[in-house]
Amino acid sequence: MTTATASHDTHHGPEKGLMRWVKTTNHKDIGTLYLWFAFSMLLIGGALAMGIRMELLQPGLQLMEPQFFNQLTTMHGLIMVFGAIMPAFVGLGNWLIPMMVGAPDMALPRMNNWSFWILPFAGGLLLSTFFMEGGAPAFGWTFYAPLSTTFAPDSTDFFIFAVHLLGFSSIMGAINIIATVLNMRAPAMKLMDMPLFVWTWLITSFLLIGAMPVLAGAVTMMLTDRNFGTAFFDATGGGDPVMFQHIFWFFGHPEVYIMILPAFGVVSHIIPTFSRKPLFGYSSMVYATASIAFLSYIVWAHHMFLTGMPVAGELYFMYATMLIAVPTGVKVFNWISTMWRGSMTFETPMLWAISFVFLFTIGGFSGLMLGIAPADIQYHDTYFVVAHFHYVLVTGALWSIIAATFYWLPKWTGKMYNESLAKIHFWWAVISVNVLFFPQHFLGLAGMPRRIPDYSLQFADFNFISSIGGFAFGASFILFTYIVFDCIRNGKPAAARPWEGAKGLEWTLAPKAQYHSFNTPPSRELIESESQHS
Amino acid sequence: MGKLSKVIASSIALLSTAVFSEYGLNMTEGVTSISHDIYDLHMMVFWVCVVIAAIVFGAMFYSVFAHRKSKGAVAAQFHESTKAEILWTLVPVVILVGMAIPASKTLIDLEDTSKAEMTVKVTGHQWKWQYDYPKEGISFISNLAKTSKDSVASDIDNLSNENYKTGATSVDNYLLEVDKRLVLPVDTSIRFLITSNDVIHNWWVLDFGVKQDANPGFINDAWAKVDKIGTYRGQCAELCGKDHGFMPIVVDVVSKADYAKWVEKEQASAAAAIASATQVWSKADLMSKGKKVYESNCAGCHKMDGSGMPPIFPAIKDSAIANGIASEHMAIVLHGKAGMPTFKMLGDADLASVITYERNAFGNTGSVVQPSDVKSAR
Repeated sequence: MTTATASHDTHHGPEKGLMRWVKTTNHKDIGTLYLWFAFSMLLIGGALAMGIRMELLQPGLQLMEPQFFNQLTTMHGLIMVFGAIMPAFVGLGNWLIPMMVGAPDMALPRMNNWSFWILPFAGGLLLSTFFMEGGAPAFGWTFYAPLSTTFAPDSTDFFIFAVHLLGFSSIMGAINIIATVLNMRAPAMKLMDMPLFVWTWLITSFLLIGAMPVLAGAVTMMLTDRNFGTAFFDATGGGDPVMFQHIFWFFGHPEVYIMILPAFGVVSHIIPTFSRKPLFGYSSMVYATASIAFLSYIVWAHHMFLTGMPVAGELYFMYATMLIAVPTGVKVFNWISTMWRGSMTFETPMLWAISFVFLFTIGGFSGLMLGIAPADIQYHDTYFVVAHFHYVLVTGALWSIIAATFYWLPKWTGKMYNESLAKIHFWWAVISVNVLFFPQHFLGLAGMPRRIPDYSLQFADFNFISSIGGFAFGASFILFTYIVFDCIRNGKPAAARPWEGAKGLEWTLAPKAQYHSFNTPPSRELIESESQHS
Repeated sequence: MGKLSKVIASSIALLSTAVFSEYGLNMTEGVTSISHDIYDLHMMVFWVCVVIAAIVFGAMFYSVFAHRKSKGAVAAQFHESTKAEILWTLVPVVILVGMAIPASKTLIDLEDTSKAEMTVKVTGHQWKWQYDYPKEGISFISNLAKTSKDSVASDIDNLSNENYKTGATSVDNYLLEVDKRLVLPVDTSIRFLITSNDVIHNWWVLDFGVKQDANPGFINDAWAKVDKIGTYRGQCAELCGKDHGFMPIVVDVVSKADYAKWVEKEQASAAAAIASATQVWSKADLMSKGKKVYESNCAGCHKMDGSGMPPIFPAIKDSAIANGIASEHMAIVLHGKAGMPTFKMLGDADLASVITYERNAFGNTGSVVQPSDVKSAR
């Protein structure tokens, strides 16, 4: 079998031209497609965010109608969550997992092609709502009923189908990763030999399979409420609008960890590499990831402390939520112990990883504060929440994606990016992102609700500062785009192992990883010598 | 781009002149026992986080500065310690239990509305609040004040008259003022029953520590005992559609004697309104009252000139309904239709005058509707 694959492989490389990308079943090609798709959605979602910050630059309505503002906030959230962050992690998973587990490709390559090619259509369907009569969905990315059912624009049905498609894509991607990790892993690699990125993605896949069908159920109920006379979420027909929120957040909270667990994995590769030291507490990292995943399913109603839950329910969800701080803390302590008494250098990926640990932890602290149910009464639906989830999703999830890009770009392209430009880009982004989001803590505590197009005057100063930070942060992506293109076109050839301290099977491949990763499974000796944690 | 540069230029001008009132960095302590408790919890958790952050980030940055290759650091190879893992699992658990105990106490207290001495029912509407005092028989609607409404340059074409420059900053309590305030007595335990007529709203007064979802079809409760006379402001805190940012809450907390006077006055005017609804009104009276009712209740969607925002908010000008049969017009206003909420909470005289106004303003030529017509159509 192995020899047959090997001889087969030598006969052909990728097909030429456009059809290579349409028909490809290669995990690297599909990973690349995912990453470019995610990046273009990031730019579109970012452009919408620029519109939001532009309108909030000063009090009064200057640029747009409130209804359009609501469309911007809604679509910004949906595009960033479903179009940018999730596909980017699937792209990283596609590229890296087969290389990391010593496999030639993903287990289900044709399905892999399909799960990617659904995405542009789903994204296109979602974006097309902007051009429809009545405008795009304007009810927030959480689309609470009945604002999203009885009171929503007609384009909502297109939004529902887009969510269905995105769900298909995610579920197929997750099944593929589980099948690859469990069936295609090198026979000599035990589960507890797997690198953490593989572990975190394996666990994330189970979250996706558990959570996405629930979302599909929620939007299907919306669809029938809107068009076929059901009343799941309509009290006048015996339904309950709060039930929508229970269903949504039963999906929505695991979703939060879907977007952060692979980030934990990425950082757990980068920090040991540039500390030149094995990852501290490997097995506790695996158990902490699994605990976070488990807890993520039983804390959903902490998003709903103000819906009128019974006090016993509120107490339970508060305690369960506070528990999440424990495994998350374990991870942070392990990363810092990995750095401790290492021999650190600060190449660009390491800068992003260290700032991830710092800024994500700030988001974790505000998360702990939000988990305290009585205090949540004052924080809920204010800019404090906006600041919190942007610290965990931008300086958490997105940060790890950028870190991963710089870290593995040499392996993807066989070339080195421009280190000094990349460092300028890092400092530009890390300063501007804090100017953008840190003042939003103050706005929220002072009482500014989220999702408002205009505000009273005591909020003017910090909104102005936040907007300026936003424009600077947005502009930093122009430089990022340049650095990536410059690397692809003009980069100097990279070594097979461009980072001195890097360990992992992917670094044993050619400088630009060959089209099929491992045609013969790596040996036990190789797996042990490339292990990050022993 | 012209507009944009204007916006930026005026922003810089705004910043350099000290036109802003105070700006907050922290949560308010508020004026109720609950808001004090919440503030204390907030500060406790905040300081615990600061201490943990100082230790964790301190260790991290020490390591970043001391253990770098450029300083000749040689990497140690330790990578496991069960003792350390157990330690940094148990210590956070102990800290969390320490936080959970006071948090639970506050939570149980603020959910217990059984000690209330009086009740106010709060109903959210797109995009205004309705207040009912069931025992006192008082009921009214509270809209965003006209001064704020007028200074929102909601129409982009209005930018040419430079409204946006002077608008927001020339109004007192921009976006935080209403046409009729909620009035409550001081030192009285008040139960709020909170519900909604259309979508989910959220009634939030920061200084009271009261923030509760208003769910259509369900009633939530909350309570407050305000210990300081004064005016307190809040906003809707759940996205409820187009004008979510424009439905503020203003509460006057007054002495018990002043409150009693206010109740008497409101009851008298309620009685007068009922009496006037039994009379036949002149068209001129209906039109002038109707214009006011229209501006505070209808113009948000159907616009001052009745042109609406089709297709979501249809035009009233030249509409078949406003020029057609009065009973159909009344049915829509009373019971709503699709995105249009019901307005049955308005009095007969208000509804008759606004319907008459809609049927005869903007060049429409519909019939006159009397309060008695509305009453029988209910």
